[in-house]
Amino acid sequence: MATTVTRLKVNGEERTVEVDPATPLLWVIREQLELTGTKFGCGIAQCGACTVRVDGRAVRSCVTPVSSVFGQEVQTIEGLAPAKDTRHALQMAWIEHQVPQCGYCQSGQLMSAAALLDTNPDPRDEDIDRAMEGNLCRCGMYGRIKAAIKTAAKATAGVGAEGGEEANHG
Amino acid sequence: MGKWTRRAFLTTGAVVGGGLIAGIAIRPGNRTGELGPIVEGEGESLVHTWIKIGADNVVTVISPHSEMGQGVGTALAQMAADELEADWDLVRFEYAPAVAEFANAPVVKGLLGGLDLPAMIVPSVDSVLIHAAQALDVQITGGSMSIRSTGQYGMRVAGAAVREMLETAAAEAWGVPAEEVVARKSRLIHAATGRDEPFSTFASAASERTPPAKPALKSPDEFRIIGQHVERQDIPSKVDGSATFALDVQVPGMVYATVRRAPTFGGSVSRVDDAKARAIEGVLDVVLLGPAAHSAAVGSFEAAESVAVVATGYWPAKQGLDQLQIEWTETGNEGISTEDVFAQFARDIEAGFERQTDVVEGDVASALAGAAQVLEADYRVPYLAHTCMEPLNAVADVSDGRCEMWVGCQSPLGFRKAVANALGFEVENVTLHNCYMGGGFGRKSRADYAVQAAELSAKVGKPVKLIWSREEDVRQDYYRPAILSRFRAGLDENGDLIAWDNTYVDKGEPVEAPLIPYAVAARDIGYVDSPTHVPFGAWRSVDHSQHGFFTESFIDEVAAAAGQDPYAFRAARLKDKPRLLKVLQTAAEAADWGTPLGEGRGRGISLQESFGSVVAQVVEVTVVDGKVAVDRVVAAVDAGVAVSPDGLTAQIESGIAYGLTAALYGEITIRDGAVEQSNFHDYPALRMSAAPKIETHIVNSDHPIGGAGEPGTPGIAPALANAVFDATRLRVRQMPMSGVDLENADRETAV
Repeated sequence: MATTVTRLKVNGEERTVEVDPATPLLWVIREQLELTGTKFGCGIAQCGACTVRVDGRAVRSCVTPVSSVFGQEVQTIEGLAPAKDTRHALQMAWIEHQVPQCGYCQSGQLMSAAALLDTNPDPRDEDIDRAMEGNLCRCGMYGRIKAAIKTAAKATAGVGAEGGEEANHG
Repeated sequence: MGKWTRRAFLTTGAVVGGGLIAGIAIRPGNRTGELGPIVEGEGESLVHTWIKIGADNVVTVISPHSEMGQGVGTALAQMAADELEADWDLVRFEYAPAVAEFANAPVVKGLLGGLDLPAMIVPSVDSVLIHAAQALDVQITGGSMSIRSTGQYGMRVAGAAVREMLETAAAEAWGVPAEEVVARKSRLIHAATGRDEPFSTFASAASERTPPAKPALKSPDEFRIIGQHVERQDIPSKVDGSATFALDVQVPGMVYATVRRAPTFGGSVSRVDDAKARAIEGVLDVVLLGPAAHSAAVGSFEAAESVAVVATGYWPAKQGLDQLQIEWTETGNEGISTEDVFAQFARDIEAGFERQTDVVEGDVASALAGAAQVLEADYRVPYLAHTCMEPLNAVADVSDGRCEMWVGCQSPLGFRKAVANALGFEVENVTLHNCYMGGGFGRKSRADYAVQAAELSAKVGKPVKLIWSREEDVRQDYYRPAILSRFRAGLDENGDLIAWDNTYVDKGEPVEAPLIPYAVAARDIGYVDSPTHVPFGAWRSVDHSQHGFFTESFIDEVAAAAGQDPYAFRAARLKDKPRLLKVLQTAAEAADWGTPLGEGRGRGISLQESFGSVVAQVVEVTVVDGKVAVDRVVAAVDAGVAVSPDGLTAQIESGIAYGLTAALYGEITIRDGAVEQSNFHDYPALRMSAAPKIETHIVNSDHPIGGAGEPGTPGIAPALANAVFDATRLRVRQMPMSGVDLENADRETAV
């Protein structure tokens, strides 16, 4: 299909790109917007490395046509922290638990976890399993990811104001 | 920047045995002058090849190893900083550039078995090894070698040498005896006169000194940073998307490409119809890439022709690739399937043609003839792909007889040479920027994808980012070899193991992988060659991954046949191996070995020595309706001194998870000469809901520092299979579990 102009809202900013509207959001984010924290892993929504949030939901950007997110809020890993030089509670917990090894899947893991905590601030193990099932980690850090999500949930529950601030960026 | 004298070069080389010194040691002339601009920032002095100290008193440790998830830079920095008496808060690390001066001589020492520190310092030996390092291009990361070779022989010695140089420089400046100056927390202190200055004050003066020939190393009880939990310095950049993988590199004017090779390995292109591909908006070109090959000590490869689609982005390139009509030449292997491969293995083992032996002790034939009970079993494992999270990719910019490349790889110097050879360039005209790797696992030691990117850039005259699809990544791997292994064991009337007979196909590395640690009077372990057309390569823990499953399962069968507890049976045969016994005991005790489990549940154990470390694992499973759930893994590990305890724990967890993916699901099958699988839907990986709780217990010992990245992997498959046996009395002799029908299998007689 021919290239068209698409307007996007990414991490709170209005962006305009000229691409084939069928192009997956992943490649627009990475190649046109040069936000390279979102990764390519499989291209068929099997690994979750490309996970971003669209209106708060965790979405596999590798199978999401850019045209389908028109008018919606896209959030990438670069927009997860509530403000510049700060970290989201999940990012702090990720460091505390020393979660990443190679780190390649972690942007997607964090975005899935952020979507989970927004709708379920106190998730049980089964809730975490369900929310994170689509995110592969070939370094196998699932135990640490689960522990870090719980730590972040506790931290967020303790500081209500921060939760509100983060929601504005969600 | 201090001017090194020629004598200093020679001495420095002798002291640290390091790659950087290597080039200097064997060549006259000021080589650090060349290196300085590469690694020195403003106001910094290159005090040592692996250590620089800035005007802000920040110590930067230069890591010659690649980062693929193991946290190596932080651990190496800990080792250097401890000997240096640096303040950890003022220590950073960076990765070495891919130039020959950083060739990794300590790795060569490790490979050659030179694991003796005093011998390492002998200058003549060093020169030979250092020369070998450069000749072999071994700036490699693999074999779980980084800490136990580079760390032990490079970083610690370098740290100690620089500390002595700083103390001496300070002593001279202050006019006090050198032995009265003490380095502590990145400061130099002379207590009697109350002098106290930061390292940086004397960094420049120290860099002009001749390094000591044999700096004094600490004993383990003096360690302040080694063995402590420190946070990995690369992790903050991996939680906010800022860590740069090769996939993330942007070069002005860059175009994108993706590739396909013949599905049947070795096939060439006979005809391409690219009309439909070229009609796609954004597709710029369709390019035929020639076959490639590279011969090296590590990372040799042969790769057939490929077809590349070049486009304005990955998406149009992939659309174009999917529209290509390609006819491939016949290779003669089009009829081969997995069944044929295993039938060939069985035939070749049966024939025993030119059987070679790993070890022969005692008289196995007569021991078996006189045995009260003889067990026979065939074990097999399939081919496996690596499926690193980050699909293979590289960015190349070839112009004016030079190539600049960004790639994540386990062998930067080897890649540089492979690329230079392919382009017909001198290596000096290839600049390689090694990036973080999204997993490596052995796959990223072979430069086929880097060569493709370089050739593409040369052909299209623009910088090219080549990205493989996941499908290409699964179908064009250098696979963990499939192996068939045949066993016979003899037991006497008391249930004692008296004979161990094993023949398998295709010898790989490490050579000791098929050996067992258990006492047995007669053993004969050997192999026959049975080559196939499937390309193979190193896969996390290399041949331990197959033989660990075979031997630790079969010993379990033997224990069961003897009517003995599998843990007690193993322990009874480790009387002369206290290190292994202690690790086995630690795991068993931590896992409550011997306590009853509920209906449908089982417990299995394994023990594996690999890459200088010993790991025991106890796995608990629940089997319901033939479905296996892994509930818990308890691991004990002796890696000598754990430099970074949490880092070691994380590596063991990761090694187990990687091995568990293979044990539960991993299977590459061949049909019509080609790989059948293509992506994570048909080549699954462990997901969170199936991931067991993993508990790692570290056993510190006075043994030399062992590896961390690989030793966790081999033991999970046998412990799992042994646990399934405990739960079901069904002996699983092949992997993966998903291919075994536990519900309809014949039940073994309960023992």
